[in-house]
Amino acid sequence: MYVLRNILLLLTFLGVIAQIACYIVEPGPTVRATKGAVWPKPQRQISSDSFYIVRPQAFEFRVVAENCDLLQNSLQRYLDIINGSTVSQPISKNLVQKRHYYKPWRADKNFMGYLDTLDVLLTDPCKDIDLPTHEMKEQYILNITSEGTGTVLSASTIWGILRGLETFSQLLHATDEKALQINCTTIFDFPRFSHRGLLIDTSRHFIPMIKLFKTIDAMAYNKLNVFHWHITDDQSFPYQSLKYPELSEMGAYTSWYIYTPSDVQKIIRYAAARGIRVVVEFDTPGHTRSWGEAFPDLLTPCYANGVPNGQYGPMDPTKESTYSFLQKFFEEVVKVFSDQYLHLGADEVGYECWESNPDIKEYMEQHGLTSYRQLEDLFVQKLLDIVHNLKAKTIIWEEAFTNGLQLRNDTVVQVWKDWSIGGWKWTTYRATRAGLQVLLSACWYLDHLSNGGDWQKYYDCEPTDFGGSEQQKELMKGGEACMWAEVVNENNIESRVWPRASATAEKLWSAKDAETKQEAAKRLEEHTCRMNKRGIQAQPPNSAGYCIL
Amino acid sequence: MFLLVNSLLFVLYLDLTFVSGLNLPARPTKGEVWPKPQLQVSYQKSYLVNPQTFTFHAVAENCKLLERAFDRYLEIINKSMISSETYGYSEQDDDMYEANKEFVGYLDSLNVLLMEPCNHITVPAHTMEEHYILNITTETSNSILSASTIWGILRGLETFSQLLYSTDREMLKINCTTIVDYPRFPHRGLMVDTSRHFIPVGKILKTLDAMSYNKLNVFHWHLTDDDSFPYQSTKYPNLSKMGAYTKSHVYSQSDVKTIIRFAAERGIRVIAEFDTPGHSISWGKAMPELLTTCYTNGVPNGRYGPIDPTKNSTYSFFENFFDEVAEVFPDQYLHLGADEVLPFCWKSNPNIKKFMKEHNIESYKELENYYIQKILNISHNLTKKPILWEDAFTNSVNLTSSTTVQIWKDLKIIGGWKRTADKVTKAGLPILLSACWYLDRLESGGDWRKFYNCEPLSFIGNDQQKALVLGGEACMWTEVVNQYNIESRVWPRASAVAEKLWSAENADTYWNAAKRLEEHACRMNKRGIEAQPPNGAGFCI
Repeated sequence: MYVLRNILLLLTFLGVIAQIACYIVEPGPTVRATKGAVWPKPQRQISSDSFYIVRPQAFEFRVVAENCDLLQNSLQRYLDIINGSTVSQPISKNLVQKRHYYKPWRADKNFMGYLDTLDVLLTDPCKDIDLPTHEMKEQYILNITSEGTGTVLSASTIWGILRGLETFSQLLHATDEKALQINCTTIFDFPRFSHRGLLIDTSRHFIPMIKLFKTIDAMAYNKLNVFHWHITDDQSFPYQSLKYPELSEMGAYTSWYIYTPSDVQKIIRYAAARGIRVVVEFDTPGHTRSWGEAFPDLLTPCYANGVPNGQYGPMDPTKESTYSFLQKFFEEVVKVFSDQYLHLGADEVGYECWESNPDIKEYMEQHGLTSYRQLEDLFVQKLLDIVHNLKAKTIIWEEAFTNGLQLRNDTVVQVWKDWSIGGWKWTTYRATRAGLQVLLSACWYLDHLSNGGDWQKYYDCEPTDFGGSEQQKELMKGGEACMWAEVVNENNIESRVWPRASATAEKLWSAKDAETKQEAAKRLEEHTCRMNKRGIQAQPPNSAGYCIL
Repeated sequence: MFLLVNSLLFVLYLDLTFVSGLNLPARPTKGEVWPKPQLQVSYQKSYLVNPQTFTFHAVAENCKLLERAFDRYLEIINKSMISSETYGYSEQDDDMYEANKEFVGYLDSLNVLLMEPCNHITVPAHTMEEHYILNITTETSNSILSASTIWGILRGLETFSQLLYSTDREMLKINCTTIVDYPRFPHRGLMVDTSRHFIPVGKILKTLDAMSYNKLNVFHWHLTDDDSFPYQSTKYPNLSKMGAYTKSHVYSQSDVKTIIRFAAERGIRVIAEFDTPGHSISWGKAMPELLTTCYTNGVPNGRYGPIDPTKNSTYSFFENFFDEVAEVFPDQYLHLGADEVLPFCWKSNPNIKKFMKEHNIESYKELENYYIQKILNISHNLTKKPILWEDAFTNSVNLTSSTTVQIWKDLKIIGGWKRTADKVTKAGLPILLSACWYLDRLESGGDWRKFYNCEPLSFIGNDQQKALVLGGEACMWTEVVNQYNIESRVWPRASAVAEKLWSAENADTYWNAAKRLEEHACRMNKRGIEAQPPNGAGFCI
């Protein structure tokens, strides 16, 4: 704590210097928001001063090629968003100025007229039951031309159209209470990385459905495409299993802090409608204390002085019953969660309890295991086999790799530590050299707080900045912002996640070095207000300022 | 960062080694009071309370303020219930309860004995008495809340409402208890900055509600700053017309009245701060002549610095302005700011230099002193007691003992806040402590402990010096706080400060306080305050 305080002190000291350096604070917001700038920044965008006015009441989308309910519902959603984008008061710099005159844009030489339709051209057929997959294509082209015709959003897949609709809605900025403005623009856009996730921990604190829906909404506003659901942990087991309902009956905090099968399906459908995959994590063999409330036999009894002390450690890797249980459990899980990927956890396995247990020792002697790492290896291998037989692909936390386990080369390693020797870069280097795919989270832990608008530290992290060959960089599949919920619940999750996770979203979507932090700050100022306007309780990103709602 | 991560690792490690039970870091208490009362004796014997039929009886003095408090607390008590579906209540449980040997009966009402009349009272003052006695005895008729003042009764009602806890049936439970309670410090504040971000009136009212749940009694309203000027002045309406972010980011006179009345009903004083001569750039939107024009290479560069202390017009403006403020804000105290005055712009301005020469002012500190003396005189003539940030004192401004100094800096290299507290009290000035209670300083995890760790009297000094500590304030600067995160950022972190200022020194250990705070945060949630989790994993019912 002493050292930590000194760091704080130093920061305070630096803060004082910074303050002296810019001793004159101008009235008004510290960072002026952009108008109609897109977050995350598109790969390519050309804009001109020519603009249209969109009257939300008169505006409509026109489907000119493939169509399906999934598309229709999305169009309706974005019409609602566009309708809600107008403001309650005129946007005017000078407040004492009289209310601006009627339709001021008509006097502007750049005014091209009213944009009443946007053509939506989807080339691949879409079905209502479509779910996004890890291979989904998200590329789209958006053309707002000055000729009025040829104003079109086109993509080969529904997922590309969804991203394009989001972009279109962000290009619109309010001029007064009835009208929106959009500048003529050509955008050619696609994600830099295919896996752009947000992890939400619903075990430390239960997050109610409504907040999960809002989180998924906000993810769509940031073009994130993976909802990593860390659904269980030591503290509670809120997932209601069909085969083993006792797990949540006894392991949830209370009988109503659970996600029923119908809740889970709702989340999956809701996310799919927004082009977001739901990757569930059932973390084993550590972080499983809550499983033991209903099934203590799954866990290792800990011993003190040769007798069980009533405490439990990680899953017991020595019993066949453990594996047959997990076999049945994961059979259910792969059916319920339709994504091809499954997160198996495998992080932070403490050996103390295994060490204390004489049965474990005996088993190890019998099977020629000489270390607890090997024992962990045994468990993880068996679990990986179970899951591979169920045709699921797996993601695991980095420990399984750094502990030297033999991993199949289609296993994805999620790198989360940044204090190991060499930091995340070294771990990533090693994992990709071993031919494994990597997801980065180490620099995007949302529970690490610092004063002020701390999105910049997330924005500073470059996922391919780990050395390595081109082949190795190919194995970097993206990353995830992680919201561990020790001190986060329904009351602060929205403001804690947003707009901080927006920084991660841009790093994963936009081109490398797409923009400087200073410029990004202005766009994020707008984007935060945009999220506020859409009902997301995003906190201020930068410093003093305001939103017009 | 490396070390910070290590300390996090350490926490993770601890988590791993605590493998017993569902390892909640702190199990909530049931019916424990926050902040901890000065004296409390509790018994196993308990009553059941039916919120539907429960009433308060004023057995001595009564007034509207009291009636409204009753209504408020009846509603709160109603909200404390958990619906029967949640627990699966059955009528057989009634018999079980009544068979319990600790069951005393049903508490249908609480007698409230207020000794001093309260009809004429409108707002609380700095001299307010908050002492109360609450007795829940085994004889229903003897159960009584008594206090000499309405403010004491308000604190006692809050305590009473916190003693009630939900059971697994449609009733609340309260243990027989005797409490003698009073605050350790008279000034227990929360400062909210409404200039960096505008905080809507609704959120301010919720903040005041939450303050009363924590027995805080001063709402320090940092109304204006460089960034915006949201206070709508009657005499100078252009200040907010031009200095507010937009016309909807303004506190009208009626908003201000609403806030003051709402606060008063909860025994909370409202102290307005109009910070000058620094932190005042937004005043210049409407009245640039108030500010110092900054120069580069001998010509004005279009920028403005602190208030111009050399013009007579400045002081006649402030006489008028503070005349209004003194009327609008009835509290006897007025916060005049005076922090972080930077001399760069003054230095650049040839007129200022000339003025200094003419008046034999040799340094910019003296110039600042000159300004502050004049402002202090203005407030003195309005019979207001001034509060200033410590900068005025440390910059050797001559202050009289009627001025209160608020300490906010904690630079350890020069002895931290304790050294400042020692110096200021040695000079005979009363102090307020905020240095260790800056809510904008974030750390991962439940960081209320660092606020709880601060003992206001731990500076070196004699008893007379310590008697000058009026209390302190938690400060919520709003660079990155607005309506969306103010509730969860302030609560329950400011609750730690509230307990340090109300309860006896070393009233409780961290570990026990953590359990009480776990309950208290859930209690605030239940009352509609979006307090964040205080400790770690857990849940509220």
